[in-house]
Amino acid sequence: MTYVDLILVLDSTVRLATPLIFACLAGLYSERAGIVDIGLEGKLLGAAFGAAVVAAITGSAWAGLFAGVGVSLCMSAIHGFASINLRGNQIISGVALNFLAAGLATFLGQSWFGRGGNTPQLPSGARIPTITLPFANEVQDVPYIGYFYYELISGHSILSYIAFLIVPITAFVLFRTRFGLRLRAVGENPKALDTAGISVTLLRYQALAITGILVGIGGAYLSIAQSAGFTNNMSAGRGYIALAALIFAKWRPWPALATCLLFGFLDALQFRLQGVALPGIGQVPTQAIQALPYVLTIILLAGFIGRAVAPKAAGTPYVKER
Amino acid sequence: MERVNHPDAQRPQGAAASAPAIELRAINKSFGPVHANRDIDLSVQKGTVHGIVGENGAGKSTLMSILYGFYTADSGDILVNGKTVSISNSSDALSLGIGMVHQHFMLVDNFTVLENVVLGAEGSALLGRSLSKARSELQRLARDYGLEVSPDTLIEDLSVGQQQRVEILKALYRGADILILDEPTGVLTPAEADHLFRVLATLRNEGKTIILITHKLREIMAITDAVSVMRQGRMVATVPTSETSPEALAELMVGRRVLLRVDKDEARPGDVKLAVENLTVADDAGVIRVKGVSFSVRAGEIVGIAGVAGNGQSELLEAIAGMRRPVAGRVIVNGHEVTTHGEAGAAELRQKGLAHVPEDRLRMGLVTNFEAWENSILGYQDEPRYGGGLALDIGASRREFEGRIAQYDIRPANPRLKTANFSGGNQQKIVLAREMERDPDILIVGQPTRGVDIGAIEFIHNQIVKMRDAGKAILLVSVELDEIRSLSDRILVIFDGEIVGEADPASADEGELGLLMAGVHNKEAAQ
Repeated sequence: MTYVDLILVLDSTVRLATPLIFACLAGLYSERAGIVDIGLEGKLLGAAFGAAVVAAITGSAWAGLFAGVGVSLCMSAIHGFASINLRGNQIISGVALNFLAAGLATFLGQSWFGRGGNTPQLPSGARIPTITLPFANEVQDVPYIGYFYYELISGHSILSYIAFLIVPITAFVLFRTRFGLRLRAVGENPKALDTAGISVTLLRYQALAITGILVGIGGAYLSIAQSAGFTNNMSAGRGYIALAALIFAKWRPWPALATCLLFGFLDALQFRLQGVALPGIGQVPTQAIQALPYVLTIILLAGFIGRAVAPKAAGTPYVKER
Repeated sequence: MERVNHPDAQRPQGAAASAPAIELRAINKSFGPVHANRDIDLSVQKGTVHGIVGENGAGKSTLMSILYGFYTADSGDILVNGKTVSISNSSDALSLGIGMVHQHFMLVDNFTVLENVVLGAEGSALLGRSLSKARSELQRLARDYGLEVSPDTLIEDLSVGQQQRVEILKALYRGADILILDEPTGVLTPAEADHLFRVLATLRNEGKTIILITHKLREIMAITDAVSVMRQGRMVATVPTSETSPEALAELMVGRRVLLRVDKDEARPGDVKLAVENLTVADDAGVIRVKGVSFSVRAGEIVGIAGVAGNGQSELLEAIAGMRRPVAGRVIVNGHEVTTHGEAGAAELRQKGLAHVPEDRLRMGLVTNFEAWENSILGYQDEPRYGGGLALDIGASRREFEGRIAQYDIRPANPRLKTANFSGGNQQKIVLAREMERDPDILIVGQPTRGVDIGAIEFIHNQIVKMRDAGKAILLVSVELDEIRSLSDRILVIFDGEIVGEADPASADEGELGLLMAGVHNKEAAQ
């Protein structure tokens, strides 16, 4: 692999990791608050669909982004109502939302646009713009460093930069602010918070709202930044990968970034390795490489990174005694 | 337990002039058909320790939860410092200066002490400033009240007594003037409890008002200025502590005369039923906890093992009951040696006539998510009378348990209620009924009355004596010295895994036993 190859793989790593980072951090907020959100997958898909539809109709990427976030927020609200107010099973609520999003997106897409569930191809004006950093074009011919700056650092979607920015913000919020302290507490022992005079319900809804916004941006990225329109089942399991990454990262922001980048890298590698015969091994089936993130999670969780302990109250509805 | 000195013991006349810190008027609260609080009136004077006693389910915790805003009363008035207030959630209570130390601590285990103290009372949106403010405030509180805890330690690394200190600090940090403690000593060692009472005395002398919920009458007598008694949702009496006695309080709590001492005849010991020879047992970490212990228990006698918790009693019990494989030594049950062929399972021991009431009923005696009747056959479910084959005879099991409910006065009398919803005393009765009604030759009992009401204690003690009089061999292990002394026919004292002395309960005095339990041997004590 040459230097250029490496940079190209890393470049697509960033692009492929962006939705994972959004979804993973989204999951971090809700699980830290004690709400398991297996519905990340459905929210990614719903947001991708909503964003593509509105962008196609209005021609505005920003309107699309808002619509995507709106869809995801609504789904978060349903999940919150089911798991906070109704004290339902969070896994079931999440799975139901996944089915709902998959079915509804295809059905609505087909009845509105008649393209087998896909939305129309977006013109470049209706897509989230990429950013060319200052001097990127000027220095692109400088060997190594210049090319690194031009190809890897510059030229990504605005949303990718936002994704990377959200990581330190999340770390700060979680560990340095009052909100973060309460968020971590409500996921560990909601009673401690209730007896301290803080509303468990309100705090959990706040966390779910942040989850909705973040995963909504991630979904919009899929359809109106990375691609030019919605295609059937375009989230393709990224919500689940994000959950795996969250466990892998033990519910901490910086390790979450690292894990998402690792999974993004494996994904990029898989595209790169398609059809390439490796010395001594021969051609590796794509499916084997696609399975790598999952295999890696199982292996590493089983033995290498030690026990990943979820927030203690995750998955259990909060009920006062009696 | 000595009475903690109160320098202003003569003050109540002066204090009565000002408004009471807490006054409750005609409080009512129902949960569905259960009337948990009926027309409760209560007045707590400022700067006093006010005890509230009552059996489990008498409504003490409900009343305090109303005061702390966890529940809202159906009717009635709450007055704090003479003003009528409405308390609809915990933050209302906190802003009125009411703090609560819950029986099960409300702490986040993987937070530091400091983080737990500030949680919910951070002050500013950024943590840095609130934490440093809390740090200096904690130092002041620690100095003033003797509540030392290292602020940066994680809660999960603290002992139970230290965790309780954090709970008290939490309340004080929020400026609590009125402190409610719900069964604070249930989880503490005697030394930790003594420390807690010194802290409470200091707080009272600083002018704080303390409400102490407990069912241990010794604590009431030792620390409180006044005591209120609740029974079945009603407030039945409020008296100055100096004018009452444990016997009078027990009678008020239960509603009938209670014998705090067990009435029993002379023992008539028969053959040796249980013999333990040079038994050596290690704990899970491999540390030797029982060091070559030998003793025997005869038919028709109760042998009590006294000792401070953690001196090998648990491991000894588990080894005899077949739950833990001894390192060396022999256990002979009813003439059968059960240790020679390795692990003697608990099931096999039961067939040989040994029944076991484990010391921790929640961990070893019951599955709390099961319905009560299911627990009543647990361990015996393969017996023919419950079906024996593939299917359980549910009808027969329930009918049998209904009989036990009547016989052991288990309340509520509902065999299908989840075991977790019974009070501690009734859970213990379920275990006792299960083990005793097998008519075993040998009964080993660990901590039979831990967390059990006074009325139920009397019943359980009488039941154990009845077994003895029926010619059963009984081994009793308890950390409650009173219990050992009143039930046992012989007392063995265990210290650091060894039996360090034997005493006759009729003649042994508390001081002598205390010295033995502390590891001072007979000979040294005599000098």
